[in-house]
Amino acid sequence: MTSKASNMTTESRRQSSLWVPQTVVIRKITPEVENVSTYHLAFTDKDAAARYRFKPGQFNMLYLPGVGESAISISGDTQSHATLDHTIRSAGNVTRGLTQLKPGDTLGLRGPFGSSWPMEQCVGRDVLLVTGGIGLPPLRPVIYQLLNGREDYGNLHLLYGARSPGGLLHRNEFDDWQSRGLTIQKTVDRSSLGWRGNVGVVTLLLERLHSFDPSNTVLFCCGPEVMMRFVARTAFDRGMTAEQIWVSTERNMQCAVGLCGHCQLGPQFICKDGPVFRYDQIAPLLTVEGL
Amino acid sequence: MNLTEDGLPETPKQEVFVSRDGFASLFAVLKSRGFQIVGPTIDQDAIVYDQIETVDDLPKGWTDVQQPGLYRLNQRNDDKLFGYNVGPHSWKKYLFPPSVALSQSRKTEDGWEFQEAPDDPPKLAFLGVRACELAAIRIQDRVFVGGDYVDSTYQKRRQRVLIIAVNCTQAAETCFCTSMDTGPRCTVGFDLALTELDEGFLIEASTSEGKAIVEQLVTHEATRQQQQSAELARQHAVDQIKKRMDTTEIRDLLMSNLEHARWDEVASRCLSCTNCTMVCPTCFCSSVDEVSDLAGENVERRRQWDSCFNLEFSYMNGGIVRDSTRSRYRQWMTHKLATWIDQFGTSGCVGCGRCISWCPVGIDLTEEVAAIRKDVS
Repeated sequence: MTSKASNMTTESRRQSSLWVPQTVVIRKITPEVENVSTYHLAFTDKDAAARYRFKPGQFNMLYLPGVGESAISISGDTQSHATLDHTIRSAGNVTRGLTQLKPGDTLGLRGPFGSSWPMEQCVGRDVLLVTGGIGLPPLRPVIYQLLNGREDYGNLHLLYGARSPGGLLHRNEFDDWQSRGLTIQKTVDRSSLGWRGNVGVVTLLLERLHSFDPSNTVLFCCGPEVMMRFVARTAFDRGMTAEQIWVSTERNMQCAVGLCGHCQLGPQFICKDGPVFRYDQIAPLLTVEGL
Repeated sequence: MNLTEDGLPETPKQEVFVSRDGFASLFAVLKSRGFQIVGPTIDQDAIVYDQIETVDDLPKGWTDVQQPGLYRLNQRNDDKLFGYNVGPHSWKKYLFPPSVALSQSRKTEDGWEFQEAPDDPPKLAFLGVRACELAAIRIQDRVFVGGDYVDSTYQKRRQRVLIIAVNCTQAAETCFCTSMDTGPRCTVGFDLALTELDEGFLIEASTSEGKAIVEQLVTHEATRQQQQSAELARQHAVDQIKKRMDTTEIRDLLMSNLEHARWDEVASRCLSCTNCTMVCPTCFCSSVDEVSDLAGENVERRRQWDSCFNLEFSYMNGGIVRDSTRSRYRQWMTHKLATWIDQFGTSGCVGCGRCISWCPVGIDLTEEVAAIRKDVS
């Protein structure tokens, strides 16, 4: 197996890398909330590790041989090269298979793929991150980047909703994030004993939000399509325009390079043209049922 | 071996004549140059593309009759070898195989190892490629090698293909290449192009490989009369094409009518059987399957043709995005005729008519477009 690989030219390696995963080893698994864990992965090949760079919002295809691939957003810091972090909810065949693995086990990884959150748009502006549940991990690299260059940005707000208080992800980092200049407001659909925070949908937090300048703000939203539509509507009510809003969309991504056809939404291949779109570029497509 | 539409003829068009006997020797010439020959042959009452060895494998004296939902072979009253139009197969099965291995995984003591699946496709000579099919190959070139990501399985096959085109001298009822500006005359994208006459063929070579092949055949200078006969025969195909599709502003027409009642109407007839996507020479959707040994320690990933008409095609997060025939037919047709233009700068339709003939209920996409256009204008 190795002899053929060593004979490959640089050119064919570039092309074959479309389909051939890199081997990654699980360094650590951090349980987050029920059914959700963060997998800290590291390349076994030093060259692959050195080459790998990603931008906030991009995703990898994680591969369990015999089971399949799943598109997973990268949830870690773009500047941290020790491990590649993926915060994963156990839901389908591949993500359920991942729960059977332990540190030291290996799997395949292709990536990074897709568009990223436009960090350059945040400079000198207020930034609203609006998300729910498992939508926070794809925004976590944004939070790290904003806080690592805190002085470049205006007011920073995270508006975060979950079904229940126990479903709020990355809670143990909230204090650190707040101390470094991120305002965090949380809401839950169903309260539980001891919860003194907000109850209701995340758009309520946006309705009431102060200390931001709608004319000089960018909003990043990651969540189900229905949530993105309502968040956008509320943002419009607050005086923002579609050109100030970016959303991360989801479809059935299989090849991740626009060749298999599965993830199409109108003219867009969500895997390579997205997943992050400016809202005005994708909004008309989100309202057509079954597109 | 033109990879893109840039493969324009290197010299002004020049046709030579080769007799029927001379044409038969083409097979030996191609084999001597290392090519396996694939071309039209009859199988199960249809003209399909398959490996062929001699001129006798060609569908001599047969023609195809096509209508919406109908395909039949009839005997001709002559011995033409290419006296038909297009059948259920297209050349995409050789360039974008229905099933191909992409990668291999092996479990070792150190964990999983991954490598490219071995892939050494033969040099193929495509014999009998129609103008609409040349256009389809150009379209798939854009899809698989023209973008940011290059599909090496397609590229490797494509680079090894010799294309011998055939100008149509007749048209089926389902043909509408003239509406899509793809035919019936073969103009670019071939090594050799043939026009069949009663007594033989006119051959045009447009690449150095094509010229080298012609030099190995017994040829004669084409007479003025032969050139006129060829022109008449090619014009005959143009004149026979009756089906039209008005493509004026078609992208905006379809994308601004995503909720048109016609989608419900066509969904009441469409069986969501996937035939149109399987016979389409440009449809490129695929899925990947895991093929494992019993121990689960050697696993191959195989790519198979898929179809947007399959229910699970749009599966996501425990649900199906396109859960109605209406939404799936709309996806297929709007992709083919509208959003393909956004994605690849060209229509995904070449006007070959296969999806019309091979639809079991005879849905004709040109009628579907016309129905929407009629209500709008």
